[in-house]
Amino acid sequence: MTTVNITLNGKTVSADVPDNTLLVDFIRETMSLTGTHVGCDTSQCGACIVHVNGESVKSCTMLAASAEGAEITTIEGIGSAESLHPMQQAFHENHGLQCGYCTPGMVMSAIELVKKNPSPSDREVREGLEGNICRCTGYHNIVKSVQAGAQMMGE
Amino acid sequence: MPEGSTTDGIGASVRRKEDKRFLTGRGRFTADISRPGQLHVHFIRSDHAHAKIVSINSAAAAEADGVVAIYTGDDVAADGIGGPICGWVVTNRDGSPTNEPPHPILAIGTVKYVGDHVVAVIAETLQQARDAAELVEIEYEVLAPVVDLASANAGVQIHENVPDNMYFDFELGDESAAESALAEAATVVELEVRNNRLVPNAMEPRAALAEYDPIDEAYTLFTTSQNPHLTRLVIGAFMLSIPESKLRVVAPDVGGGFGSKIYVYPEEAVCTWVSKKLQRPIKWTADRSESFLADAHGRDHINKVRMALDANNRITGLRVDSIANIGSYLSAFSVVTPTILHAPLLSGCYQIPAIYTNVKGMATTTAPVDAYRGAGRPEATYLLERVMDAAARQIGMDPAAFRRLNFIPKDAFPYQTPVALQYDIGDYEVPLAKALEMIDYDGFEARRAESATRGKYRGIGLSSYIEACGIAPSAVAGALGARVGLYESATVRVDPTGTINVMTGTHSHGQGHDTTFAQIVADKLGVGIGQVEIIHGDSDKTPFGMGSYGSRSLAVGGSAIAKAVDKVINKAKIIAAHLMEAADSDVVFADGKFTVAGTDSEKGFGEIALAAYVPHNYPHDRLEPGLEETAFYDPLNFTYPSGTHIAEVEIDPSTGVVQLVDWACCDDFGNLINPMVVEGQVHGGIAQGVGQALLENAAYDETGQLITASYMDYCMPRADDLPDFKVDYTVTACTHNDLGVKGCGEAGAIASPPALINAVINALAPIGITDMSMPASPEKVWRAINEATKAQAAE
Repeated sequence: MTTVNITLNGKTVSADVPDNTLLVDFIRETMSLTGTHVGCDTSQCGACIVHVNGESVKSCTMLAASAEGAEITTIEGIGSAESLHPMQQAFHENHGLQCGYCTPGMVMSAIELVKKNPSPSDREVREGLEGNICRCTGYHNIVKSVQAGAQMMGE
Repeated sequence: MPEGSTTDGIGASVRRKEDKRFLTGRGRFTADISRPGQLHVHFIRSDHAHAKIVSINSAAAAEADGVVAIYTGDDVAADGIGGPICGWVVTNRDGSPTNEPPHPILAIGTVKYVGDHVVAVIAETLQQARDAAELVEIEYEVLAPVVDLASANAGVQIHENVPDNMYFDFELGDESAAESALAEAATVVELEVRNNRLVPNAMEPRAALAEYDPIDEAYTLFTTSQNPHLTRLVIGAFMLSIPESKLRVVAPDVGGGFGSKIYVYPEEAVCTWVSKKLQRPIKWTADRSESFLADAHGRDHINKVRMALDANNRITGLRVDSIANIGSYLSAFSVVTPTILHAPLLSGCYQIPAIYTNVKGMATTTAPVDAYRGAGRPEATYLLERVMDAAARQIGMDPAAFRRLNFIPKDAFPYQTPVALQYDIGDYEVPLAKALEMIDYDGFEARRAESATRGKYRGIGLSSYIEACGIAPSAVAGALGARVGLYESATVRVDPTGTINVMTGTHSHGQGHDTTFAQIVADKLGVGIGQVEIIHGDSDKTPFGMGSYGSRSLAVGGSAIAKAVDKVINKAKIIAAHLMEAADSDVVFADGKFTVAGTDSEKGFGEIALAAYVPHNYPHDRLEPGLEETAFYDPLNFTYPSGTHIAEVEIDPSTGVVQLVDWACCDDFGNLINPMVVEGQVHGGIAQGVGQALLENAAYDETGQLITASYMDYCMPRADDLPDFKVDYTVTACTHNDLGVKGCGEAGAIASPPALINAVINALAPIGITDMSMPASPEKVWRAINEATKAQAAE
C-alpha cells in the first residue's frame, strides 16, 4: 500500500491505495469523482484526461503514487452547473457533445490546447485533439466549440 | 449551425437540456454506479477460436485472496439458465426455418470464438478477480477454426444443428424476371464487393451492475442498453425465469450504442444470475479489449452484383448474391440485418423493374455479427451505389446524369418496389441538384487539373441513398419473422401545477431526446421546454417500449408522444369547456390557452391542470379526474429518408494517403424538430462511414485471433482525419405519421462509404484503376497506384 497525498480540485486529499493503483482509478473509485472516464486500455482515447500541475495527462497512464504532491484538476473542478467554464459553455452552445462519454476528456484537452495556443487555426485544433476519440460527433462541432471556447477564454 | 426560430418548439435549434450534466462530469453511466457490498466479476475468455473444453481446474483460484465464487458452464447447465435469443428469424428458400443453435452464457463443452465466455471469477475487488483468473487452468482440445467467409460452408461444422455452417438461406424478389432482364440487356454490369467487418466502438464500454433484494425477491439490473424493456423481457422470460415484475432494468446515461447495445449479452445475465446466488451486488465493466472481442461486430458481407441496362441506359434488372458473416452465435438481430433490413433496400432510389437477391447467413468462429449503425441498409446502399458508378463508367455517362435518368420520379409516389417496400413519398432530384451545387460539381475538373499540377490525384464521388427507418409496422414485421412488436409507447403526465413528465419507451444515448422530445410537447402545449421533463431508460418508470435503434425514436417514439399529448389536449378541452360553460366543440386550444370562439373567455393550460387534480368544479359525469395519458403508436409503414452525399478526395501517390478534402450532402428527413441535433447526427454518421471506407477493419488471422483488438490496431477516425461537412436539407414530409418525420440517425453511415470509394476510384480511373476495397488504406492505395502505373509503363 502507498499513501497518496494530492490536491484534487483545490482540496487536499490523502488515501492509502495499492501500489499499482492507476491515477484514474484513484480519482474514480477512491475519490468517487466519476466524471473522468475510461474508454480504452491503451492510452489512445483520451476520455480519462485530467490536468496534473496544469498539463493534460491521460490518467490511465499514470500511477496514483506518481502523482504524490501534485495539483490535479478534473472535469468536476473547472466549472459548476451554475457557472460553466467558457469551454464548457462553448461545447453547449455549439453542440460539441452527444453521448457525453468522451466529453470530459475532450473539454480538459481543449482547455490546455487553448492555454498553449490562444487562437488556434481549425487545423491546429484538429491536430491538437488527435489524442481524443469521439465516436458521435464527427468532430465538426467539437472544432467549432473549441474555437468558440478559445474566443471566450480570451475575453 | 442551422439557426432555429426564437421559440423552443418544433423546428428550433434549441441547445440541449442534457448537456450540463455531461459537461460538468455529473453524467451517470453504469460504471459510475456502485452499491454497498458489491462484488466484481472478471470473465475468463477463450483464447481459441474453436476448441473443446477438456477440463477446468479452479481449485487454486478459489483459495486466492478475495475470491468469493467461480462459475463455469456446468453451473449454467445445472441451474437451467437459458441463452440470449434471436429476436427475428427468416424462412429459408426451401421453406425451412432458420437454424438456431444454443448460446450458453458460459461455454458448455466447446468454445466458438476468441472472447467466448468460459469462467466467471467473482471476488471482493476487480484486481483480486483478475489475479485469481490467472490461477485457473483450462485444458482445451483445439479444433479447426472457420474464419474465411467465402469458404465457411466447407469448414468444420461449428454447431450440431447448423449443417454447412449455414444459419439461413434467404431470398427475395423474382429470380426469373431478373435473369430475363440480364439475358436481354444491352449492357450487363458486374461487380463483387466486400463490406468490411467493423467494431461499433461506442466510447463507453459495456457494463452491468445487478442487485438482488431477498425481501421483495426482486432484481435490479443497471446496464448499458439501448432498450431496457427488451433486456428485461429476454433476461426474465428466456434466460433466468424471473417474473418481469420482479426484474427492474435501468439503462442510465449510456455512452453511445450504434446498435451494439441493443442485444442482451451473457455478461449482464451472469451478473443478474449470480447476484441472487451470492446475495451481493455484482458489477462488471468491460475493458476495451473485451469490447473488441465480444461486442457484436457489424457488416461483413460479400456481394456479387449484376445489373442490366437497356439500350437507353435505363436499369432493367438487378441480381445480388450475398454471403453474410453471422459469426459464432445468433445475436438478437443478426438474422434480420442482412435479410429483411437489407434485401428490400436493393431498389434504392431507382426504378428497377426486376430484382432478385439471395443471402446466405454463415456461421464462423468469430464474434457474433449484428446490426451496426444502418444495419443492412449500408450494405445494400454500398453495393448499389458502387454498381451505379461502375455502370456509368462502363457506358461512358456522367454518374449524376445516370442516377437522374433512373430515379423514381417524384410523381410516381407512392411507389411499389419489386422488393416488398412501398415508398410513401420522396423527391430525389432536389437533394442531388443541391448537393452538386454545394460541392461545385461543375468546377471539379478545374480542381482536378490543379491537383495534378501538385502531383496529386483528385476524385469526386456520389451516393444517392434511401433507407427504411422508423422500424416498424408490427404486423409487417411479424409476417416477416419478428418475434416482437415494434410499436412505441409514451405516457404524458401533467402535474397539478402544469409541469409535464413524459415517460418514453425509447432510450437516448447521445441523440438528445431530453431536448427534442420536450420540444414536441412544448410546441403542442404552448409551454416552455423547461416545463417538460423526459424520462427514459427505467423499466419501473416507463411504459413498455422497444427502445432506440433503426432511426425509430422520433418517427415511432415521437409519434407516440404526440398522440399522448393529443389525448391530454382532448381531455383538457372538455374540462375547459365545463369551466367556461361552453360546448366542447366551441373550445379552441392554441398557444397554451383555451378560448371559446366568439367570446373573451380564456383558461390557461395550468388552470386546467389544476382543475383536473382539484376537481371541485369538474365534469365528473363525463371525465375521471387527473391529467395523464398513455399512447402506443404502431406505424403504418416504414419511413424513407433519402438524399445525396458527395465526397471529394485528393490522393498522394507517393504515400497512398487519401485526404478527404470536401463533403457535401443534402438529406430529406421529412420535418426537422431540432435542426442542430439533426446536423450532429449527420456529422457523426458520415464520420463512421468515412471510418469504414478509409480506416476501420476488424481483421482475424487464419487461426481466428482478432488482430485488431485495440485502438493501436483498429484505426478510429480522429479529428485530423476529417474535414468540415457541408450539410443541407430538403423536405418531403412523411405521409403516415403526425409529425411528418422520417429519422436521421443512420443516414450518414449509410450514404457515405460508397461516396468515398466512388471518389477514390474516380481519382484513380485515369491510371486505369476501376476497383478499390474498403478500407482504402494508404498501403492498399499505394500498391494499386504502383501496379497501375507499372502496367501503364509496360504498355
